[in-house]
Parts: sequence; structure tokens; C-alpha cells
Amino acid sequence: MDARPNLAPASHGAAALAAPTWGRVRAGRRTADRALKILCALATLLGAVVLGSILLMLIVEGLRGFSLALFTEPTPGPGSEGGGIANAILGSLVMTTLGIVVATPVGVMAGTYLAEYGKTSKLADLIRFLNDILLSAPSILIGLFVYTVMVRTMGGYSGWAGGVALAIIATPVIVRTTEDMLRLVPGPLREAGAALGAPPSLVIRHVTWRAAQAGIVTGILLALARIAGETAPLLFTALNNNSWFSPNLMGGVANLPVMIYQFALSPYENWRQLAWAGALLITVAILALSITARVFLRGGKAR
Amino acid sequence: MSATATATAAPVVGSSKADETAPIRVAVKNLNFYYGSFQGLKNIDLNFHDRQVTALIGPSGCGKSTLLRTFNRIYSLYPEQRAEGEILLDGRNILDNSIDLNELRARVGMVFQKPTPFPMSIYDNIAFGIRLYERLPKAEVDARVEEALRKSALWDEVKDKLRQSGMGLSGGQQQRLCIARTVAQRPEVILFDEPTSALDPISTGRIEELIEQLRSEFTIAIVTHNMQQAARISQFTAFMYLGELIEFGPTNRLFMNPTKRQTQDYITGRFG
Repeated sequence: MDARPNLAPASHGAAALAAPTWGRVRAGRRTADRALKILCALATLLGAVVLGSILLMLIVEGLRGFSLALFTEPTPGPGSEGGGIANAILGSLVMTTLGIVVATPVGVMAGTYLAEYGKTSKLADLIRFLNDILLSAPSILIGLFVYTVMVRTMGGYSGWAGGVALAIIATPVIVRTTEDMLRLVPGPLREAGAALGAPPSLVIRHVTWRAAQAGIVTGILLALARIAGETAPLLFTALNNNSWFSPNLMGGVANLPVMIYQFALSPYENWRQLAWAGALLITVAILALSITARVFLRGGKAR
Repeated sequence: MSATATATAAPVVGSSKADETAPIRVAVKNLNFYYGSFQGLKNIDLNFHDRQVTALIGPSGCGKSTLLRTFNRIYSLYPEQRAEGEILLDGRNILDNSIDLNELRARVGMVFQKPTPFPMSIYDNIAFGIRLYERLPKAEVDARVEEALRKSALWDEVKDKLRQSGMGLSGGQQQRLCIARTVAQRPEVILFDEPTSALDPISTGRIEELIEQLRSEFTIAIVTHNMQQAARISQFTAFMYLGELIEFGPTNRLFMNPTKRQTQDYITGRFG
């Protein structure tokens, strides 16, 4: 700030301005630049090491428990040998599907309303605000909410309650991404649709949705990845079950996250092993979903 | 090729003469337009002659696009925009609330500044507009699609890839696809809003030739900020400034012998 030693002496006046000297960049600036670069690299490395070691441990411990029985046998009772997690896999698939099937139409429609119809309305502002709150609400609150309105009134834990809790978590994610993606669709495209004489609903269905398709599907896949690993909302709603669930989804329904939670803390060696295997399985599934989402988004941009 | 490449600083006035006896297709009477509280157009009176190209010129913000956007009431997508006065299309005031907007827009087509192909196949881009109004057997839709593509000078380039996405075409081809989409609806009037400002000179030349051909069938209004283009392709020119219509007349006369000082200044490049 104070002195600029590398500049020509002030006494030279105008002549000094006419011929600027080299080396005006202070050495300290270059050092600061290098220091920041090193700090950023270190931070990245730290994150990568933590993530890498989690994945490594998961793969090593998880693979040890991998066997055919994992996919064919239900979770074992306390003290019994072997067993698998087939019922938990199936339960997770059913409840996640239920959640996403409920959340997708609600989320896409609401997102469409916000982006296409509610640009200036007060109601839309309110919905957008509430949606943002829901988006960041702790998932345990949603579990407790569904526990109160469904589990207590229906007289017990159920897969339905689990599916609804997951739907409530997925919906705001889909609303938000749908709105964001539709807003990226250029305005002239909508005007072009209207200029042909197409009513708004037709423009939305045939033009705007199509233009934002890749982004909307990506949002749905990310919501799916999010609810696939949720534990808290299922703890209060579907809980767990050591046997196959009944087709009507009443009673506790086994699922991977709660199974992992309960088995990992158990005193039984085979249970802990199953928890590791389940954790690996769920991680691989979420990873696959995220990669699919990325591929989708890129494919959509290329078109 | 038209005079595109040879265009110089002085406007080269187009080949065909204005037909001042042509019937009036669109009559604008005492039109005022508001963006909220800002007045974008002031007391516009203007006639568009049947099967003639009328160019709207003027500096940025003069209201030429605003005027164009009243003819198909596309502005009504935005609640804060409103128009007052009369725009008569075949004797009916299209600003009247009883006008069916979708029907109006089938009669008055529009082509935008940036090409706006829909994210669907080339065929569907055109069939979309046809199917909005007419239930036709597939063979007839096919024929209409071909007819529209031929009229838009695009058929030879795309006839083997009608099922491919319209987004894959070049900018100039996309713009001709948008023209084909509009032509396919068999409108009476076609509005062009700076249709070549996003295109290279060769594509621009093709669009200009196309507009010249379309004139035999449609009444055309074109907004352009390129005076040479206005001189090349239009029979009538309206010069606008600050929301007002300063001068209107046959393109020849307006460019060679403007009666208003502002017009003179603008076309000789003294402002704008």
C-alpha cells in the first residue's frame, strides 16, 4: 500500500510515467498467489482422502459379506446364523418407488405452475418460500409428522407411511429442479409456440417440457438418490421387519437404511456383516443413479 | 443471390415498385401502447398493403418491434403490456376482446429474431402448427409439410432427414424451418422481427430472397435495423422514432426523397 519501490523515483516526474519500468508486481503478490493455490489443493486432497477412505473401507468390509444368500434370504433373527438382506432390498425398492411415483407428478406440476403460470402471483411466491423451507427441513421432522398423521391413526407402522414420508422429502427437490430447468427455457420459444396459436397448456406440454426434459429427469433421479438413503423418516414410519412383508404393505417393512442402522449397532457378528454389505449396496445404487443423472443432463445439452 | 454482398453505405433501393393501389390488408388507427406506465407507441396510423413488404425501421427503442408485436397480440402474454386504439384486419378490430387469439395467430404468423425450432423432429416442427387447427389424414399432413418446406426453400436440404431433430440444423436452416412452420398454417400476414440479425451474410441473402418470393402470397411486415435490407426487400417503409411514426411511404420515395428532417438524418447515418 505505502511505497512502490520498483517504480521509478518520483523526482523524474512525467518522464518516469512515459517509460514504466519492469518488475512492478511485488514479490509478495506472487507468494500469496502460490500460497492460495497450495491451500486449495490441500483442501481438495483432504476431501478426496476422506471420501476415498470411506469408500475403500466400505468396499473391503462390504465385499466380505457378499454372497448369493444376501439377495435370497431375509434378515436373520437375533442369535441365528447367516441370513441375507433380500427383504430389506425389496422393501427399499418398493417404498422408494412409491415415494417417487407420488412425488414426481406433484413435483413436476407444482414446478410447472411456479415457472409458467405463477411468475408474478403472490400465491406462487408463498409456495416457493414454503417449498424452500421443506427442502431444508430435517428429515427426522418429516418422519415424526408422518408418524403422527399416519402411523398413529392407522394403528401401526406400515410401508405406506414409509412411502409417503419419502414422497414428502422428494417432492420439494423435484419442484425446485423443475422450476429451475423450465426457467432456463428461452422465452422466445414460448412466444413462438403462442405465435402459432397454441394455447399455453399445449405449449407447455409439447414445447417447454420437451426443451427442459433432460433437466427435469435429472431432478427426479437426484430426488430418487436422495430418498434411497434416507433413514430418519423410515425409522418412524416403516421401521423394520425380519421377515418378508405382506403385499398390502401393512405392518413394519424392512428397508436398507434402518436395517443398516439397527444391525450395525447390534452385538451379533453376522448382523454387522450384513449391515456393511447393505451399506455398500446402497452406495453403489446411489452412485449409479447420480451417474445416470449426469449422463442424462449431458445428453440433453448435446441435443 | 440478391444484392447482399454488394451492399454499400448508401442504400440500394430494391427492384420492385410499390403498388399503392393494392388493397389495404391491415389498418392501424390511432394506436397507443403501454408497458406498464411507459408509453411505447404514440398515435400510430399506418396501412399495410396486400401482398407488399412493409419494412419498419428506426433506431433501437423506437417502437418498431413493439408495433409488430401488436399485430398478433403476442404482447398479451405479458399482463403489464396493453394496447389502445384499432388494428383492423380485414375490417375487424383485432384489439377487441372478443377476438379469439389462437385464430388471430393462425391468420397472422410470426418469425422471430433468433431461430426458435421446437425440440422435436423437422417434420413435427411443421406438423405441430398444422394440427393445431386442422384434423387431416397423415398423407395430407405429409403433403402440407412438403409444400411448406418447398416454399421456404428448405425441402432439398432436409427431405431425407425429416425425422431428425430440428435443433440439429444450421442457424439459417433453422430460421427457414421457422418460416416453413409459419407458412404451413396458411396465414394472410407474416411478421418478421429482425429475422436475419442472428445470421451470416449468405443465410441472410437466402432469407431475403425467400421473403421476396413469399410476397406473391402473403402480406409481410418486417422489422429491421439494417437500412440496406429494408431498401432491398420492401415496397413500403415506415420510419419510427421515440414511439412515433415519423414518415411512411413507398420505399423508393422514402429513401430517395424523404420529406422529414429526422428521416433524412437517419437514413444518411447522422443518428441512430
